[in-house]
Amino acid sequence: MTAYIVKRLIAMLVTLWLIITLTFFLMHSVPGSPFNEERATNETVQKNLEKYYHLDEPLIVQYGLYLKSVITFDFGPSIKKSSQTVNEMLGRGFPVSFELGLVTLIVAVISGITLGIIAALRHNGILDYTAMTIAVLGISIPNFVMATLLIQQVAVNWGILPVATWVSPKHMILPTLALATGPMAIIARLTRSSMLEVLTQDYIRTAKAKGLSPVKIIFKHALRNALLPVVTVLGSLAASILTGTFVIEKIFAIPGMGKYFVESINQRDYPVIMGTTVFYSAILIMMLFLVDIAYGILDPRIKLHKKEGS
Amino acid sequence: MEKVLEVKNLHVSFKTYGGEVKAVRGVTFDLYKGETLAIVGESGCGKSVSAQSIMRLIPNPPGKIKHGSILFKGMDLTAVKEPQMRNIRGADISMIFQDPMTALNPTISIGEQIIEGVLQHKQVTRQEAKKTALEMLDLVGIPNPVERLKHYPHQFSGGMRQRIVIAMALVCQPEVLIADEPTTALDVTIQAQILDLFKEIQSKTGVSIILITHDLGVVAQVADRVVVMYAGKIVEAGSRREIFYNPQHPYTKGLLNSVPRLDIEETELVPIGGSPPDLFSPPTGCPFTARCAYAMEVCDRKYPFKTRLSQEHHVDCWLQDERAIKMLASIK
Repeated sequence: MTAYIVKRLIAMLVTLWLIITLTFFLMHSVPGSPFNEERATNETVQKNLEKYYHLDEPLIVQYGLYLKSVITFDFGPSIKKSSQTVNEMLGRGFPVSFELGLVTLIVAVISGITLGIIAALRHNGILDYTAMTIAVLGISIPNFVMATLLIQQVAVNWGILPVATWVSPKHMILPTLALATGPMAIIARLTRSSMLEVLTQDYIRTAKAKGLSPVKIIFKHALRNALLPVVTVLGSLAASILTGTFVIEKIFAIPGMGKYFVESINQRDYPVIMGTTVFYSAILIMMLFLVDIAYGILDPRIKLHKKEGS
Repeated sequence: MEKVLEVKNLHVSFKTYGGEVKAVRGVTFDLYKGETLAIVGESGCGKSVSAQSIMRLIPNPPGKIKHGSILFKGMDLTAVKEPQMRNIRGADISMIFQDPMTALNPTISIGEQIIEGVLQHKQVTRQEAKKTALEMLDLVGIPNPVERLKHYPHQFSGGMRQRIVIAMALVCQPEVLIADEPTTALDVTIQAQILDLFKEIQSKTGVSIILITHDLGVVAQVADRVVVMYAGKIVEAGSRREIFYNPQHPYTKGLLNSVPRLDIEETELVPIGGSPPDLFSPPTGCPFTARCAYAMEVCDRKYPFKTRLSQEHHVDCWLQDERAIKMLASIK
């Protein structure tokens, strides 16, 4: 197990390095600079600014400097908001984004799996069709449309929930719903199809032949096997939730990381772009790693450690 | 001898888009205490469906028991409610399926899979259930059971898995064990071991076994009585000796001719030509007519009466009719 984790950690670092390198060169290949604005700046001022942020150095030197800053976890000050460092921005935005993402993931997983099981058990029944209609709607409606609809109906027309911001648990409901519908729908469909497949397996018939109750058969024998494919997509779903937060945070005026991320790209705020990208990538890679570990726990056939000789 | 199970005039159908498939059409047989009854026939003849009907494991819909009764301990299993049926499954009647590679849940340790059956039916603690499971694994010949209990199905070979499946089926000491092609997925040497295991267990526990197979070699090794099924009907039944040495139905004869034998000079196997009838609309006459070398006009029109040849031996064939016997004699 330890050997496996060490191996994975090394692979994760390499992946992260590749992402950093790619982002860095892509970012610099885009024309323009942080100081390109409609209002022309004084040439000497611009030169000095570029010197201050090392933008006058050759690209490869900048890259070296950047790698150094990543290793020391000091992403430096923002170019646009010079009073703030990237670390401060991440420190302020991340807890909020994390809260939103985590709640969304939990809601999506629980409701998606429940819907999927119900649909599978009532295969071709009314409940199945209802659940799958909800799922298709959930997949087809983009989260920003969902968000606007929810705000319009629930917050404005009915006035039950607040329109925006991130103050109390009550404020969390709408953004979470808007963000969770898509992933929930994907999980529901996946759970349904894999549950249907598992229910036709021989070992389910064996369990029935043992005289087990339907509840035991479903939760003990079927669900665990049916969830294996669901766990597999959790990693990439986490990614889609993360990127989904950019838009949702913007719509609901939530002070998360998404705001910094989008703004930094528009303004070519190099340190912030790099900081947020690296941070997001690290989280994603971590998620995928956790999914693999979870997979090994769920399915005894998958061994994460060396063969013990079976 | 004491009857354990009586199946009377069982009809089972499946509803499909193409219509109703009449898979079992009036099957009647008894099972006595401590015997092994083999049900033989080719694929699709209704032998598995009959067996699964006894356990009420036919998926419904589309499957349905249309007529008939299955008497077990004075209860009609076709009529009992589902919760009561659950108390019978695994406790009084157990089943072993064909493929041991898929019959065990891959994500649950085999110990747990055996123990849960005990806990379901017996008022015992987990520790006691575990002890029973260990004894059972020992009985079916799993070496080092204490250690093996924690292992998962993929850590066992096919033969070992079938032993585990057998242990699982027998752990509550059922009176009837239905084995649906238990050796088909195993290679021949393992087959022999498993069949020996059946005999050993039967002599120790007195369980009655219904063995479903298409392999007459297996039948010859373990069966006391044999039921031959064709197109959803029992065409011939009798003791093992009667079926092997004095087969009467042309289908039974055909089956025996298509088995490789070492004790006869003639080495060429004779297959039965043609294929079984469509069970969407089974023929009104004898279903074997189209493939039968002795077919007469009457065979196509009317299903033959049951002719009883001895206490156990009976056959459904027009060749048993006096007139046919006379005619055959005159030709010779």
